[in-house]
Amino acid sequence: MFTLYDVPVRSRLLLGTARYPSPMILTEAVQASGTEVVTVSLRREAAGERAGQAFWSLVRELGVRVLPNTAGCHTVKEAVTTAHMAREVFGTRWVKLEVIGEEDTLQPDVFGLVEAARILCAEEFEVFPYTTEDLTVAERLLAAGCRVLMPWGSPIGSGHGLNNLFGLKALRARFAQVPLIIDAGIGVPSHAAQALELGFDAVLINTAVSQAADPARMAGAFAQAVAAGREAFLAGPIEPRDMAVPSSPVVGTALLS
Amino acid sequence: MNLQVNGQWCEVRAADLAAALAELGFADAVLATAVNGQFVPAPERATATLAEGDRVEILAPMQGG
Repeated sequence: MFTLYDVPVRSRLLLGTARYPSPMILTEAVQASGTEVVTVSLRREAAGERAGQAFWSLVRELGVRVLPNTAGCHTVKEAVTTAHMAREVFGTRWVKLEVIGEEDTLQPDVFGLVEAARILCAEEFEVFPYTTEDLTVAERLLAAGCRVLMPWGSPIGSGHGLNNLFGLKALRARFAQVPLIIDAGIGVPSHAAQALELGFDAVLINTAVSQAADPARMAGAFAQAVAAGREAFLAGPIEPRDMAVPSSPVVGTALLS
Repeated sequence: MNLQVNGQWCEVRAADLAAALAELGFADAVLATAVNGQFVPAPERATATLAEGDRVEILAPMQGG
């Protein structure tokens, strides 16, 4: 159990809702993942199709908490306006704040991110900033009023896992009391397990599940990996070392030569 | 008057945002609105008067990561 803005959350796997083959497969994946929090976004609605209305009734039936994002925003103004609109539509103060700075890597614009976070925290939003592992940026986000950080593992949708282990470990060590959720770049369950083994509080997965050949099955695999990773962290992993250490006792070895 | 609704030009008779939404077929939909880049909260739609060429954004819940 951990808490996100005073809300107790049991599952350490947060799931994105984008790019599933069908709404039914999304539902199955959410159920298989055991997640309690899913991310959603806002997009233009066409009067004839009303796709958004259908999606929203599906999400409400899932019975999970929603975390609206500001995906696609490149400026502070776009992100802040999107957050206002999301708060009204979804009825939550939670917002996953994304201010994209670079098109190829979808790397956050951390300057815009800090500024937008300051504005939104002052308006009593509960901000989940999508950030990098940069310690100074993290410090600024916390000073702005954020009480959760979402550092990237690697670029969104890339599946590369945890790109900068040193940086992520430093972030975890520096902000021991802040809930840290690895967001973006996780490709396979072993990446998620690794994040939890390092002491990260949770992971947010989307593409790795939604684009898997069998999304529901992959969602279940991630659930197990996250649980195993957390258990391993609590159990206290050994430190890696360069030389071999025999695991069988040396004393009492028979002389058979 | 002509408005840019979600990036598409269309002709609307309504003079305010609430009436325009009804005219465009969004009367009972779950959505959020903005005019010329400014968020217009639901309670203010009826008093948000529209002018020729206004950019109206009508956003609804959608899949997201």
